[in-house]
Amino acid sequence: MGWFKKHTYPDFWNTYADCFKRNQEQNLDNTRFVVFDTETTGLNPKTDRILSIGTIAINNYAITVSDQLEIYLEQDIFNTETVKIHGLLKTGTSEKVTEETAITQFLNHINNAVLVAHHVAFDIAMINACLKRMALPKLKNNIIDTGFLYRKTLTSVNQNSHYSLDELCEKFNIPLHDRHTASGDAYITAILFLKLVSFLKQQKSGLQLSDITLPKNRIGLL
Amino acid sequence: MNTIALRISDFLKQFPPFSMLTQEQLLAISGAVNIIHIETEAYVFKTTEPIKNAFYVVKEGAIGLYREETNSLVDKCDEGDIFGLRALIRQGNYKLTAKALEESIVYSVSSELLEAYITTNIEANKFLMQSFASNTLLGQDESLPKPIFAKTTLTDFNDAETANYSKNPIYCNPKTSIKEAAKIMTNNRVGSIIITESKKPIGIITDKDLRVKIATGQVSIDAPVTDIMSSPVITYAKNISVAEAQIAMLQHKITHLCITTDGTTNGDLTGILSEHDILVIRENNASVLVKEIKRSQTPLELKHIRMRCEDLLKRYLNQNLPINYVAKIISAINNNIIKHAIDLAVKETSSNPPTSFAWMSMGSQGRQEQLLLTDQDNFLVFENVSESEYNNTQKYFLNLAKKITTNLNTVGFEYCPANMMGSNPKWCLSLSQWQSQFKKWIAQPDQDNLLLSTIFFDFDFVYGNKALADNLSENIFEAIESHDIFLNYLGLNALKNPPPLSFFRNFLVESSGEHKDQFDIKARAMMPLVDAARLLMLSSKTASINNTVARYKKLMELEPQNKDIYEACLLGFEDLLRFRTLQGLKHNDSGRFIDLQQLSKADRLELKSSFKAIKSVQELIQTRFKLSQLM
Repeated sequence: MGWFKKHTYPDFWNTYADCFKRNQEQNLDNTRFVVFDTETTGLNPKTDRILSIGTIAINNYAITVSDQLEIYLEQDIFNTETVKIHGLLKTGTSEKVTEETAITQFLNHINNAVLVAHHVAFDIAMINACLKRMALPKLKNNIIDTGFLYRKTLTSVNQNSHYSLDELCEKFNIPLHDRHTASGDAYITAILFLKLVSFLKQQKSGLQLSDITLPKNRIGLL
Repeated sequence: MNTIALRISDFLKQFPPFSMLTQEQLLAISGAVNIIHIETEAYVFKTTEPIKNAFYVVKEGAIGLYREETNSLVDKCDEGDIFGLRALIRQGNYKLTAKALEESIVYSVSSELLEAYITTNIEANKFLMQSFASNTLLGQDESLPKPIFAKTTLTDFNDAETANYSKNPIYCNPKTSIKEAAKIMTNNRVGSIIITESKKPIGIITDKDLRVKIATGQVSIDAPVTDIMSSPVITYAKNISVAEAQIAMLQHKITHLCITTDGTTNGDLTGILSEHDILVIRENNASVLVKEIKRSQTPLELKHIRMRCEDLLKRYLNQNLPINYVAKIISAINNNIIKHAIDLAVKETSSNPPTSFAWMSMGSQGRQEQLLLTDQDNFLVFENVSESEYNNTQKYFLNLAKKITTNLNTVGFEYCPANMMGSNPKWCLSLSQWQSQFKKWIAQPDQDNLLLSTIFFDFDFVYGNKALADNLSENIFEAIESHDIFLNYLGLNALKNPPPLSFFRNFLVESSGEHKDQFDIKARAMMPLVDAARLLMLSSKTASINNTVARYKKLMELEPQNKDIYEACLLGFEDLLRFRTLQGLKHNDSGRFIDLQQLSKADRLELKSSFKAIKSVQELIQTRFKLSQLM
């Protein structure tokens, strides 16, 4: 009978999962978005680890600075190559927490918000890898990729090109402050997201959440 | 830890009242603001809406404040400006509507934060109260939510010439009949009469009153003047400037101002200043100067005229006359001065010229865009002569050119440091020599030849045989036609200076040298527009128009599909020219290098829109001349 036994998950997961029992709000105006970015030791979700997570929430189309998270994680695995990019050293000055604490804080912060990131699949994969190590299921949130969203603003040309955050910031005239810190990138992505949404809203009246979220079948793609 | 809040506080602390807060207060605010993105033309708030529980700080972009009833733009807020604060503090309604003039990012700061951290800070609160108070003192609508940190640009009238007014005003007492008054006016050949009571002006009658109120039969001609006079009169003290007088007339929609001993209606009447007096002042001076130029005997006299011309320039700019009109008048005076300086040099020379010649101005003088005295750039072309006579002919003209450049130097056009003057044997040539020179530059567009082309091809005939000048410009078009790759190189050259669009974020200032940290308005903003106009004109094969504004006007005609771009360039260039000239007059230099810290907000916005024009015309050039392949 053990097969049917319900998994017993920690309280923080149950609280998180309970948020999804209600139907997802489709009206963009009332949707809470959490824009986030992870800095990692490398690009392989299986072997690499998250160094830091930065988030910032958007409520009612306003970036809410008080609704944010900036977490630095303790490290066992360390890749000296990527230090050049993010500048996070294994023993930095910022206060660090365990991976488990980080994920607990993250889930508690995001609840059922729509997650937004640039090339979101990677960041989601990194978080899901953490969840797996903690023997927890995958993230349940709706997901928006700003790279995918940008391609939606284009006509058929170059639909499949890959656009880096730097390229898009240049196109949209967004100053690159604190690039390559999780919080800095989250903020830049948030501005980019607002610009893209406002552009798409002009193109299509009555824009809904389902118009901009990533189709579920694409989330696994990296 | 909140990196984003830190960045916000870094931004806010540059501006009062945030600059007056403690680090903790600032961080507390920064950690709790909301950041809003506003599309162009979208509203932050409207007068009809209930007050939002926050005030706003512009992070990027520009927000316009409009008076709803008239849809008139009352103020512009850009980086660091605050709006929507007054309504919040007074708990009143929004008096103005806030709409984005361009895509903007705005911080919204809640009233709770204002109360908790700003109004409790003694210094910051005092600052807010003072800002409100001083706005009131300026006579503005007390409830107007004017952006309190905007430095308003008040034109400085002190330098402006004092208006000449009529010191023998015609007046009568209040008991005089209208008929009597009309007789007095007719006898004195004036269009107005002041009604005074013990020397104090109480009213005025003008020709118009007689037409409107008497000729129509509305009032009897035997009625007292008080029946039809306009009262009270607008009075000023005798040192009123022309600009002030004009503004006063426009404001009150009147044509006459009374001058009294103390500038009020309680003072004794000492004179009258009419619209006509102002017209006389304005029109006369340029033509008077030109007449005096013709009469001058020495370069030194010309120098004094040139200095008076500078006063004229100041007055024109203070009066806000269209810059292109100003530029035309000043260039005309300059041209006359140069012509006369050449005349004087020719008279000084013992023998007559062996053949005809033409003297050309080039660069900004050639384009008639030289408002302030700068270096002289010129060249001389003489008619073709036989080979045996060439050396002697050139020697004669070099000698003449030397006298001319010396005269010009005395007048105030300093010698060109690069020696680009007709007195240089390289730039004093026969027509055929010039033709082959120009051809060579066009056929071999290397860096040096391109630079020379950009300077020499903007030439303007000043003196001598005009046919020589016409011949030269025809020659340029022919040469370009057979070497059209030249235009592509000229195009690359025109894109050398990209627009300083990030002006307000990362100030594009000079990084070293004498003008470190200053903005080079000539190289970074004006030359790109000049270069673009020259290139497009040359490629359109339209007969020589050298003036940048005229070039864009012509381009608007030639390419209606790009009218908007060219019009933006035209307006942008006019703004920049005015701006540079004002800067130059203020600092008594060429106005080329600008200290950005001293710019008012309005100035910055004006500059910013010029930069956008540069961007669009450069994009057009890049596509048209297929420059991406060459770059």
